[in-house]
Amino acid sequence: MLEISNLHASIAGKEILKGINFSVKEGEVHAIMGPNGSGKSTLAQVLAGHEAYDVDLEKSRVTFLGQDLLDLPAEERARLGLFLAFQYPVEIPGISNSYFLQAAMNEIRKSRGLDELDAMDFDELLQEKMKMVEIDPGFASRAVNAGFSGGEKKRNEILQLAVLEPRLAILDETDSGLDIDALRIVSEGVNRLRSPNRAFILVTHYQRLLDYIVPDFVHVLYKGRIVKSGGRELALELEEKGYDWIRTEEDAGAPV
Amino acid sequence: MSTPKDSLETAAYEGSRVERSTREVEDLAKGEYKYGWTTDIETDTFPKGLNEDIIRAISARKQEPEWMLEWRLKAYRNWLRMDEPTWAKVHYEKPDFQDLRYYSAPKARKGPKSLDEVDPKLLETFAKLGIPLDERKLLAGVAVDAVFDSVSVATTHKEILGKRGIIFCPISEALREHPELVQKYIGSVVPTGDNFYAALNSAVFSDGSFVYVPKGVKCPMDLSTYFRINASETGQFERTLIIADEGAEVSYLEGCTAPMRDENQLHAAVVELIAHKDATIRYATVQNWYAGDEQGRGGIFNFVTKRGKCEGANSHISWTQVETGSAITWKYPSCLLMGDNSVGEFYSVALTRNMQQADTGTKMTHLGRNTRSTIISKTISAGRSDNSYRGLVRVMPKAENSRNYTQCDSLLLGDQCGANTFPYIDVRNTSARVEHEASTSKISEDQLFYCQSRGIGPEDAISMVVNGFCKEVFDHLPMEFAVEASRLLSVSLEGSVG
Ligand SMILES: Nc1ncnc2c1ncn2[C@@H]1O[C@H](COP(=O)(O)OP(=O)(O)OP(=O)(O)O)[C@@H](O)[C@H]1O
Ligand SMILES: [Mg+2]
Repeated sequence: MLEISNLHASIAGKEILKGINFSVKEGEVHAIMGPNGSGKSTLAQVLAGHEAYDVDLEKSRVTFLGQDLLDLPAEERARLGLFLAFQYPVEIPGISNSYFLQAAMNEIRKSRGLDELDAMDFDELLQEKMKMVEIDPGFASRAVNAGFSGGEKKRNEILQLAVLEPRLAILDETDSGLDIDALRIVSEGVNRLRSPNRAFILVTHYQRLLDYIVPDFVHVLYKGRIVKSGGRELALELEEKGYDWIRTEEDAGAPV
Repeated sequence: MSTPKDSLETAAYEGSRVERSTREVEDLAKGEYKYGWTTDIETDTFPKGLNEDIIRAISARKQEPEWMLEWRLKAYRNWLRMDEPTWAKVHYEKPDFQDLRYYSAPKARKGPKSLDEVDPKLLETFAKLGIPLDERKLLAGVAVDAVFDSVSVATTHKEILGKRGIIFCPISEALREHPELVQKYIGSVVPTGDNFYAALNSAVFSDGSFVYVPKGVKCPMDLSTYFRINASETGQFERTLIIADEGAEVSYLEGCTAPMRDENQLHAAVVELIAHKDATIRYATVQNWYAGDEQGRGGIFNFVTKRGKCEGANSHISWTQVETGSAITWKYPSCLLMGDNSVGEFYSVALTRNMQQADTGTKMTHLGRNTRSTIISKTISAGRSDNSYRGLVRVMPKAENSRNYTQCDSLLLGDQCGANTFPYIDVRNTSARVEHEASTSKISEDQLFYCQSRGIGPEDAISMVVNGFCKEVFDHLPMEFAVEASRLLSVSLEGSVG
């Protein structure tokens, strides 16, 4: 459903992604790991359509569900079924969580020719999803992420994921900053949403998450390139050995 | 920007208008002004120019008592000696006061006694503005006084109100039927010589609303005035006077629109509020006068003086305004906190775009003990517009334990617009606590991207972020008004950010 080939992107004149290649099929879970600053969040943001990044359109090709993703503005990517759970979720003061999510949901429904949900129907759905990710019902009327703790923001991203039911969800370090219970809740939420026609890309630093959500593939991103791909055992190997062996191999120009 | 304190002290300007249509935003063309049409109606219009004879003629048309004419003439003579203030951060060509008309009224079939007798063209005009005056279609829960150019054409729900002793009528009618009340209160908050435009208004005001809520009565519905400018080259000078007697409560809403014209039109109103002991007055404005075009041609000059007096102990006056229209807005709805424990509030959203200029804020004067005031100002600037908050908090020596909290936030859309904050603080009692917070920010790319990444389009995202920014103010509007204000913002913002 997602094919990325030779993706190059830069910000402030500095090239961050230097030729990314990989594809994701329906139902798959991919994990992306890699040292700090290697470009993981950049990749996630570029896929979601953040305009601050300059994508080299000559070289790069990304298709999602058969459409040229790089041609579409962010909101159309979302309507098509792409979702990004932010590493740093953004606060929108004065707009309630439920109003925000209802607006988002209805935009997506409208684009698919479906009827908009009214406040009552939406509220019912929201309550059910809040129960699923064990979020206090009071959060529905609080302003989007405003004054939420770090962990609450992450959980709120998962709530949005559960409500919007995208085809492809990219989770950028959703596990960072979660306590042990929250990690379990978030993972269970994701596992429940796993389905043959929905795929996930998990950006993470920790094997711990992958104990809960078992990935089909693991990729290592280093200096803007995917330098190693493998099955779940690659994550275990990284956990044990750290990134130094990859750094050494790469920086020595050794074949991967 | 050095604006002397006492120029603010002597001048307070304010504007007004309302809009209560339930039409869909989708009807609206890209941020275009939808009230720009005119009504073709036969009028009784005075020749251009201003002199004592014109004032006498206005007073005669209104069959006013002699003292009122004398009051007007005194104001006029005062005005002749005054200069137009120049301290606000706005630039415009001064109106030529001899090139204006001071009275224009639809030719009436001699003072309509009931709504059935109102000219259907006028009913139609207000219906088109979303203000049905027809008895069968009256807005539930809101009594409306509809003002067309210089006169009030209809006031609804008078009977229900009358049963509780509430007077809600055009001020011209109040002058005939309750002259003692008008005489007692008019000019008691904004004296005729208060400032240039207040003096002019006192001399030539033609109509406006009068409200009196008797002791202990809580007004059972919101009262509302809708101001419509129709005639060209005519100034609108309305005068509003609201009195809440001991323990009374009233909530008042005001809205305004005007046709699109290439020349500027003058609107110089005066609003006076008096809250006696334990009384509460809530005054809300949604101002949507025609703002001029992208090049800054045309639009209303909105120079208004609004002031409330918390006269009795525990009285409460709250001003809420949403200002989106007018080429120029000068208004400073203020509170004189005389009674002990009295409370003054000012909640404001001012949005400017294209070439609009707004210089608006408030003045809180603490005179009594334990008086409290709150000021929340949100300004949003787009295009090449200029938007200033100007406020004065003054604590007088006898105002023991007074408190003020002020918060001014500015949001910039684009980089050709301006936002300014001019807070003046004058504290003469050491037990007072005055807090001021201010922020200026550009609309955040990250917030917009976050909305977009959830499927919300860029214009809706902007409107969402801006509405969130204004929430604290909208929370103080009656529900119906809040919905309208939020729509008005969305419409005004369309196409504002490229
Ligand atoms: N606006 C910017 N201007 C300059 N450099 C930037 C900007 N944004 C990101 N970068 C740089 O791009 C590189 C990749 O950042 P990115 O956030 O994608 O890393 P990451 O792999 O997600 O790291 P982490 O594991 O710490 O989250 C970093 O070196 C970062 O400093
Ligand atoms: Mg990152």
